[in-house]
Amino acid sequence: MAGLTSLPIPLTSDDLARGRGSRRISPNLVAGSIILFVVIGVVLAAPLITSYSPTALNPSQALLGPSLHHLLGTDELGRDEWSRLLYGGRVDLEIAFLAVLASFVLGTAIGCLAGYFGGWVDALVMRVVDVILAFPFFVLVIALVFILGPGTKSLYIAIIATDWVSYTWIIRREIVSMKRHEFVLAAAALGYKHTRIMIRHLIPNCITQAIVYSMSDVVFTILTIVTLGFLGLGVPPPTPEWGSLMSDGQQFITTHWELATFPGIAVVIVGIGLSLLGDGIADLLRVK
Amino acid sequence: MTRGMYIRRRLMLMLPTAFGVTLVTFFMIHLIPGDPAVTMLGIRATPKAVALLHREWGLNKPLYEQYWLFLSRVVRGNFGTSLFYSTSATGLILRASLVTLELIVYAVVLSVVIAVPLAVLAATHRNRAADQAVRAIPLIGMGMPSAWIAIMLILLLGLKSHVFPVAGLHPGFVGHLYSMFLPSLTLSLGIAPLLIRSLRSSLIDSFDADFVTTARSKGIREYRVLIRHAIRNSLASSLNILGLQIAFLISGTLVVESVFALPGVGALMVNSIFRRDFPVVQGITFLLALAVILTNLGTDILHSILDPRVRFE
Repeated sequence: MAGLTSLPIPLTSDDLARGRGSRRISPNLVAGSIILFVVIGVVLAAPLITSYSPTALNPSQALLGPSLHHLLGTDELGRDEWSRLLYGGRVDLEIAFLAVLASFVLGTAIGCLAGYFGGWVDALVMRVVDVILAFPFFVLVIALVFILGPGTKSLYIAIIATDWVSYTWIIRREIVSMKRHEFVLAAAALGYKHTRIMIRHLIPNCITQAIVYSMSDVVFTILTIVTLGFLGLGVPPPTPEWGSLMSDGQQFITTHWELATFPGIAVVIVGIGLSLLGDGIADLLRVK
Repeated sequence: MTRGMYIRRRLMLMLPTAFGVTLVTFFMIHLIPGDPAVTMLGIRATPKAVALLHREWGLNKPLYEQYWLFLSRVVRGNFGTSLFYSTSATGLILRASLVTLELIVYAVVLSVVIAVPLAVLAATHRNRAADQAVRAIPLIGMGMPSAWIAIMLILLLGLKSHVFPVAGLHPGFVGHLYSMFLPSLTLSLGIAPLLIRSLRSSLIDSFDADFVTTARSKGIREYRVLIRHAIRNSLASSLNILGLQIAFLISGTLVVESVFALPGVGALMVNSIFRRDFPVVQGITFLLALAVILTNLGTDILHSILDPRVRFE
């Protein structure tokens, strides 16, 4: 079954029904892309969409409730909630995408080295992975944020230090099963350097699983950032962030339910977009 | 491989991980910027208090001796004295862990109660409207922050309709069940989507399996085939999913216990972070990792008993 063209990606019954080798753009991919495109677009265009500052205090305009001037009302310090929601999205999405990207690159590199060279490097890396996976993800992140002190930098360090192991685990497993294939052995027989075999031959064939996983990983990471923000351990005030918007709004839940509700809906919408996109990419690249 | 051999091998595999967990929790103290004792004590940092902590943590000794000191304390279940309560950190954690354990068991039960009917509905109406609706649940549910679920449940079931209490713990078993309903529901809504997804697909697999065809051909009624054969088999394979979700559930308790003011380990961790109570945070981090390792071991062993094929893999 080995050969230059046959990749060990298992075909599912759906694939067989559709016909082998037919890659298709699924409705999931389209819907997911549109949702994410719109959300990212709206968040980036925040200064064009709202004229209110997300941080300017205006105590005389506190807790106004939704109106045409303030779509989602104002918070207890008179700040426009719609503006805070848009600018808060920038913060959450930026940290989540960058932290996942860094984890992806770091984890893939380490997993590739461990899987390719095997031996004690592999044994050591996998023990470290096992240990980090033993900690409940959020508990380790929050403990690290506590130790490193509050701030965005600690947030990045804590997330990346905990998250890279998932990619190492995925990539290493793929590389171990793939390095025995003829196209890899052929590349080695041609005398190609290890780096060339890894970068040109192995990683391109192993990366799809990691890409599909990274979509749901962004969702988990947003949830982590939002939860830290909610507990008061995330992005420090006055920077708006969806989690801290929720905890600020929580105290006015009986009179102004919209303050705590809409930041959560924003997270759910991003989650739906990324899940659809992940499913769509899996369809496109035929991995399950 | 016999069951005994399988369990022994699983235990041996656990040891290096447990050792690594002690290393990570030990090094937590050395990641603190500046003098750990001064940083943690903050305004309480009198020279005497700082010297006391230095001696307790062995900070003036070489690293390997510090680790040995830490390890010998951990083995005896001693995580030091709480900087806030001035009592044993282990005692605080153990007292709080009962509430958390109750919360997690309650949440698992609720998630099974939610997931099984929905998964059965979806699997028996495959590709029809009911199935499509159930399949949309994971899509929405995966992205819901547990803090947000908690606030929405408080708003809808607590404050608007006054059906359930929204904070604190009522006495007695029934009181616990009553006052922990909303927190447990919050946690269970977090794991139910994954459970529904895995149950649905394993139910569909077992409908096509020979043992269900055999049961049907023997003339057993459909609901009996469903309950005695299909669901039972699917639950065994979903056990692993629940086992893997324990880490997620534990993480969820931090938020849920804080929002609903329950005196559990999660709330203790969050409060200890704000009080800069390092020994308690370190102890909880270690014990929660240990809990995850032991749960994974437990579910693997249970799975090997329920499904004998596992041991021969």
